[in-house]
Amino acid sequence: MDIHEYQAKEILAKFGVAVPAGALAYSPEQAAYRARELGGERWIVKAQVHAGGRGKAGGVKLCTSEHEIQDATNTMFGRKLVTHQTGPEGKGIYRVYVESAVDFTREIYLGFVLDRSSQRVMIVASSEGGMEIEDISATRPESIVRSTVEPAVGLQEFQAREIAYSLGIPVALTQQMVRTLQGCYRAFRELDATMVEINPLVITADNRILALDAKMTFDTNALFRHPQIAELRDKSQEDPREARAADRGLAYIGLSGNIGCIVNGAGLAMATMDTIKLAGGEPANFLDIGGGATPERVAKAFRLVMSDENVQAILVNIFAGINRCDWVAEGVVQALTANPVDVPVIVRLSGTNVEEGQKILAKSGLPIIRASTLMEAAERAVTAWKNDRKQNTKMRAV
Amino acid sequence: MSIFLDRSSRVVVQGITGRMAQFHTREMLDYGTHVVAGVVPGKGGETVMGVPVFDTMKQAVAATAADTSLVFVPPPFAADSIMEAADGGIRYCVCITDGIPAQDMIRVKRYMLRYPRERRMVLTGPNCAGTISPGKALLGIMPGHIYLPGNVGIVSRSGTLGYEAAQQLKDRGIGVSTSVGIGGDPINGSSFRDILERFEADPDTHVICMIGEIGGPQEAEAAAYIQDQMKKPVIAYIAGLTAPKGRTMGHAGAIISAFGESASEKVEILTAAGVTVAENPSVIGETVARVLNKRAA
Repeated sequence: MDIHEYQAKEILAKFGVAVPAGALAYSPEQAAYRARELGGERWIVKAQVHAGGRGKAGGVKLCTSEHEIQDATNTMFGRKLVTHQTGPEGKGIYRVYVESAVDFTREIYLGFVLDRSSQRVMIVASSEGGMEIEDISATRPESIVRSTVEPAVGLQEFQAREIAYSLGIPVALTQQMVRTLQGCYRAFRELDATMVEINPLVITADNRILALDAKMTFDTNALFRHPQIAELRDKSQEDPREARAADRGLAYIGLSGNIGCIVNGAGLAMATMDTIKLAGGEPANFLDIGGGATPERVAKAFRLVMSDENVQAILVNIFAGINRCDWVAEGVVQALTANPVDVPVIVRLSGTNVEEGQKILAKSGLPIIRASTLMEAAERAVTAWKNDRKQNTKMRAV
Repeated sequence: MSIFLDRSSRVVVQGITGRMAQFHTREMLDYGTHVVAGVVPGKGGETVMGVPVFDTMKQAVAATAADTSLVFVPPPFAADSIMEAADGGIRYCVCITDGIPAQDMIRVKRYMLRYPRERRMVLTGPNCAGTISPGKALLGIMPGHIYLPGNVGIVSRSGTLGYEAAQQLKDRGIGVSTSVGIGGDPINGSSFRDILERFEADPDTHVICMIGEIGGPQEAEAAAYIQDQMKKPVIAYIAGLTAPKGRTMGHAGAIISAFGESASEKVEILTAAGVTVAENPSVIGETVARVLNKRAA
């Protein structure tokens, strides 16, 4: 789960990481008022969206008067910010963060991640802050230092010092750097983060270490023990259909194709999408309805997939193991009888009692296209979609 | 032979009183698995389907000589249960639980290192379907009847794709020595490489079918091992060619976040290491059959 920059800074500050003075605003007037409260002559106004690349997309502005702040935030509020991380639909701006501008002499990159090779928390740092880590590793890989943390004892001071020295931090600031690193690690560890990124961490003109930006991501599996973090979820930053599906216990991801997928199991769901692509189509979504595949879940899945107006055919692929295919087939028939759909439906069942399942689908009288292998199902879905499209040149009414 | 699990395995089910655990304990008993004990703190002295329940793993092991465990404990308590198994003298543990916090798993893995290698428990999962040595024993939630006994080793991150492979093999009359689910989480007990090492040493496994997906380094690490040290042929399928970057595809670990973690990159790395890669999931069975025939010829 992602949170906003201002929330990440609030959290990290509690763990001893120094951040610039700043305040949150929900309107241009409030933004100007916040600047007056903060004092000074220069402020940075930052759109709060769950995505990187805000600066280049016009989501970060330097202002030197309250008037400029009003102008800048007027063009932000209510708009969608499109960055290279948001996709073309962008993310809505409903909050801006106003910060006192800071003069700095150096920018450092600092990241904490779950490293899957060592299966530990890894610190990734570089003297080339301000660029994205992907760009740093492409252009200046020698500037990157890495250090993994022994989980039994946590981040040791010597490790933090080693990082400070290899980044060339001035000796007088070593202790501040150690405190920053240990603060980030403790926040990561105690709050079950999966990522903490400070980019840039700067050395200011008056010799302080300060986190100018901050990003934190949390382990959704651990939110049960961090209710105060779970509260920070901002649904305005999520795809509405995905958010709705998540609230109903379905793993759904919307894609840009036309063939909707209903599958049990995450691996099989990905394999189904891939097979549609191989057969010449484009999947409209990833959807894992879980192991149970009960009639209720199947019905829920049909409604969810059909809420995407680009869907022009639906492929159902269920492996019935402990459940039987005849039972799953009954579920599909019930779901389609209760919620008729106006696009071709292709069903592929496999596993226990597959023949009985096929018979139930055939006898239902519903226009269900049956298939025995996944490849066959994908080919039939693509053919049905193409034929359907020829008959209905107009967009399907939703 | 088989790996991890056979007729002599003595199984304790942790969390045996739960609804799902009871259902699958029944299935395992019906399959012929020796389920000798259950452990649920506070329920010692009860029985579930004739299986005695104990408060602690140490009591269960002392009373029943259990050497294998299956964890059905809910996510907040699962890490604790795995560590209790490791400390209680269990040799092989499968954890089914989906949704364990990643940092709990980091601590579990660190904890297991405190035991010398010869006494260290092997963990597979979490977030997996389990392990089966067909005709011998079943330890997990998979449907036992889709597996024939035989000489193909299966190792898979995904549960249902592992079933898909087993069913396709069965349809061709091809059997399985052991099928191991390593699970869909980012921090897991055993990697592809760990399981491949076991299959390479198992005389009854002739060919290995490895089913991977997007995210993480374990397919690439397996490729290096296959190329450098394996003699047995490996067939692979990798799911997620159409998965977008940076999105979690159902499994917590199925997310492309670094170079080499996409399906196409993994296919390329495995192909370069001499692995036969099935281009789509419908041809896993026939690809294994082809490699088996070539081996026989």
